[in-house]
Amino acid sequence: MMRLVRLLMACALMAGLAPAAHAQPRDPILVPEISQHEVIVRQGFTGADLLLYGAILQPDGRARPGTSPYDIVVVLKGPSEAINLREKRRIWGMWINADSAQFRSAPSYYAVASSRPLSDIVDPRTAAIYELGVNYLQLSPIGAIRPEEVSRFAEGLVAKREASGLYSQQEDAVSISEGVLYQARIALPSSVLTGTYTAETFAIANGRVLASATSEVTVSKKGFERAVEVASRQWSLAYGLMAVALSVFMGWAAGRLFALG
Amino acid sequence: MDVYLPIANLSVNGLIIVLLGGATGFLSGMFGVGGGFLTTPLLIFYGIPPTVAAASAASQVTGASVSGAVYHARRKGIDYQMGAMMIAGGIVGTGIGAFLFRLLQALGQIDVAISILYVVILAGVGIKMAIEAVPELLADRFERLKRAPSKRRHHPLFTSLPGRYRFYRSGLYISPLAPMLVGMAVGTLTMLMGIGGGFLLVPLMLYGLGMSAAVVVGTSLFQILFTTIATTMMHALTTNAVDIVLAALLLLGSVSGAQIGAKFASAAKPELLRVVLAVIVLLVALFMAAGLTYRPREIFTVAPL
Repeated sequence: MMRLVRLLMACALMAGLAPAAHAQPRDPILVPEISQHEVIVRQGFTGADLLLYGAILQPDGRARPGTSPYDIVVVLKGPSEAINLREKRRIWGMWINADSAQFRSAPSYYAVASSRPLSDIVDPRTAAIYELGVNYLQLSPIGAIRPEEVSRFAEGLVAKREASGLYSQQEDAVSISEGVLYQARIALPSSVLTGTYTAETFAIANGRVLASATSEVTVSKKGFERAVEVASRQWSLAYGLMAVALSVFMGWAAGRLFALG
Repeated sequence: MDVYLPIANLSVNGLIIVLLGGATGFLSGMFGVGGGFLTTPLLIFYGIPPTVAAASAASQVTGASVSGAVYHARRKGIDYQMGAMMIAGGIVGTGIGAFLFRLLQALGQIDVAISILYVVILAGVGIKMAIEAVPELLADRFERLKRAPSKRRHHPLFTSLPGRYRFYRSGLYISPLAPMLVGMAVGTLTMLMGIGGGFLLVPLMLYGLGMSAAVVVGTSLFQILFTTIATTMMHALTTNAVDIVLAALLLLGSVSGAQIGAKFASAAKPELLRVVLAVIVLLVALFMAAGLTYRPREIFTVAPL
């Protein structure tokens, strides 16, 4: 709440200063904010809902009630990974892995929300430059691979990750009130990777990106969950012995309990 | 009840996992099989990454076999000498299995290879068990089906091995190499398929080695206990894929299930048990075969580079 108050104060201040500075038309300024900058993965984590909101400061400082001359697109992107994507094909009546493609930078998470359908806001070229839309991700294929194959694999990856909620494209999901404040809700599923996520906001008019602003969200494990992850990697021998001890103990304890009963 | 799994990196319904563990634990106590051949495919089907599923299922099988083995030990149903021989062979087998696993992984065919192995082995074992066990079950009801008890106790392959040792509890006088070979074969498959191997051990011990039925279940549990401990350690050290929270949930269900299963087993007719196990094994084989031939839900699979 404090953040919102501060934000509104900043808006008022900027709006007051803007006309005094100069009267020539300039690009708008975006002041983005996120409901939480830190998502903590701990026991019972089932995902998180992030509210990405902010203000659009008009160049002339005057709000135009009712309509917004800009479209707003919000992109939330997770850490990228290098992946090997395999495609199954039917051979001798069985579905087995046939082709594969390697990509250097597949985002582990990608969500885009826009105030209107993306195809109405930008042309494909602009979409590709700013990675607006699940079909315009820069996956950086490794090695010599034909463009049509790249797009087949890219479509496969997008469909797979859309099904698990890791990729999403929501149109009409950004609401703009009074042409000044925008907000969008983006869901993180429980299977998100930990790391730094970047939230980018774009103000677009007539197919041109007029302004953009970036902020960050960190997703991290805390407490027991972090301890387990660290232990499994750094003290793997002790961790394995723990797992064995736990299973032997539980099996033995059950045996004793049932023998008593 | 949502539970977050820190290694699998996702949240699951804890109750479903506990029930799944309970069902496989019940089978484990009842038939002396670890239940891994059911847990691993079901966990994968539920959406848990395959390596995490296989690695964590191994520790669940450990727990289920401890409570089963304790139960059978109390009733003197374990041949420790025979078990020790099979464990020795099993450790060699896990090494061979780990090598094959890495080879197939490099070829990108590990999941297909696993599915084909499941179908071939489960179908083979299931059919063999059904052929052996169904006439035995029906013999009570239909007099003419009653066969003269087979003279040959163990497979000729095993009698030709050098050196002999008396395994009193099993009622056998055979070469210790025989159980070692059995353990080695099963150990290889344990590492490849992420299973305890009980559904293979039980028929091999019954129809291959010709062990006395009274010690088959206990001894196979005893062997599985040590093979799965080795597998869990191997996974913890190499793949880092053992999810202790997932294992604990599975264990909670399976250790209780194993106790109930063992009680049922001592009450039921052994021939009937074998027929039921044969049916379950055949069903899993059928399910896996369908999975290979039907268009999969996901054509694309992602692996880190």
